[in-house]
Amino acid sequence: MSLITIMGLERLSHSVPIAPPPFRLVSRYLRPLALPITLLAIWELLAHAGVADARFVPPLEAVVARGIAEFGDGGLGFNLLASLQRDLIGFACGSVAGIALGLAIGFSRIIERLLGPVLLVHRQIALFAWVPLISMWFGGGEAGKVVFIALAAFQPALINTWQGVSGIPRSYRELADVLTFGWFEFAWIIAIPGALPQIFTGLHSALIYAWTATVGAELLLNIAPGLGGRMNEGQHLFHMDLLLLCILLLGGVGVVFNVVAGALEHRLLRWRIP
Amino acid sequence: MGLLTAWTVAALLGQLPEQILPPPWVVVDTLLDAIQDGSLLSSTVTSLERVAEGFAAGALAGLVFGTAVGLSKTLRDFVDPLFLALSQVPTLGWMPIIILTVGIDEGLKIIVIGWSAFIPVVLNTSQGVRDVPEAYLELGRVLSFSRWSKLTMIVLPSAVPSIFTGLREGLANGWQALVAVELIASFEGLGYLMAYGRQLFQLELVLSAMIVVGLIGLVIHGLLTLAESHLQRWRPETPR
Repeated sequence: MSLITIMGLERLSHSVPIAPPPFRLVSRYLRPLALPITLLAIWELLAHAGVADARFVPPLEAVVARGIAEFGDGGLGFNLLASLQRDLIGFACGSVAGIALGLAIGFSRIIERLLGPVLLVHRQIALFAWVPLISMWFGGGEAGKVVFIALAAFQPALINTWQGVSGIPRSYRELADVLTFGWFEFAWIIAIPGALPQIFTGLHSALIYAWTATVGAELLLNIAPGLGGRMNEGQHLFHMDLLLLCILLLGGVGVVFNVVAGALEHRLLRWRIP
Repeated sequence: MGLLTAWTVAALLGQLPEQILPPPWVVVDTLLDAIQDGSLLSSTVTSLERVAEGFAAGALAGLVFGTAVGLSKTLRDFVDPLFLALSQVPTLGWMPIIILTVGIDEGLKIIVIGWSAFIPVVLNTSQGVRDVPEAYLELGRVLSFSRWSKLTMIVLPSAVPSIFTGLREGLANGWQALVAVELIASFEGLGYLMAYGRQLFQLELVLSAMIVVGLIGLVIHGLLTLAESHLQRWRPETPR
């Protein structure tokens, strides 16, 4: 233990910039990979040593082979596209409706009085509790799924837009009154740009919610082309390799959505940064 | 209120087919019946027990793990990327694998609910622990606090708001996960009641269960807000 550590001055020592030795640098970049690689190695060992049941712990090369075969004949690729299409249609419908209603509530006292309490209660009902009702109203087919996904996207888009608009400073509203802005001008010049950051936050979470809902809808409602359908198949036929592959795809799509949404948000809001 | 009135009026005028939306009084009747014969109560209790167990397990593990990750930069470097990658997979996506490995018993519910509560608790706790103002830590050093008292007297109290955000999100997530998991694989509980009502095409039963789900959501939300303000009494009125 060095004197610095004993005296509890480690913070001070950090303030002096010292180039880390090359070994440290390498180890810092390898750290994030260390745990996944170790886990995968253990997995592979378990699968090959015959300790674990191959049905539960399929060797990694089986998963890779399954992936190559699935994507080769377009089976899983087609399912992935079907899921994405469903997801994006639902997301588009739900978020547009959410933003529109959020703006309306934010603008008008009357609409806020009328719908506000209903929406706050609606927010407390767990999303999946809507599944039975939606499947009875719209059926378990494509329509029901898209409606459910849209509902999932609707909530965050609505709440954030509403908060964004009602967070607009009073002075801006007064300015609009002084300039005798009409409804449309107020919305276009003041309210929407002012609420934009919050609206983007809403859209970002709507995207994530919609993806969760897509998986849920495909698992819970009628089987149709899509990742959820393949997962049902994997569960019933005990194809663990297929399930793991689907998990990878689900996570991958989630990561891509997050990265794209984050980048767009950053880019579109650049003008706000002084 | 407006919607409720519209619903009643439309039902009175016979404008709403009962297969789409039964009149409100039928729903209320069903609700009262279900309360009287005890089926609603037992379902609710089962569901609440599951959430309580799953949430307790997930939140406790999340608090410990989140604090550890927040305190140690080394651990964070090792664990963070894997954790973030895993948390990107929608919780429901794990369900088929968990069903294959542990079956559809209580274990499945506890794991799914626990995991969905675990994620936000870890994220928020580690953020809160990392954001402890440097000056507080310095004070601890000046007073030559031990590691333990530094943790319990400085780091954790200062991270309380953030931890609470995590717990709140975790509980909300857990409640969501419960409904989903009961819809998929269960023979009792509120989610099962809904799935049952759907199969029998008893809309009023589905709606009654939804009302209960919504009410419990409201109560949970209220309790957490209360607990949060109670735990933060010591904070000065003006924010830092």
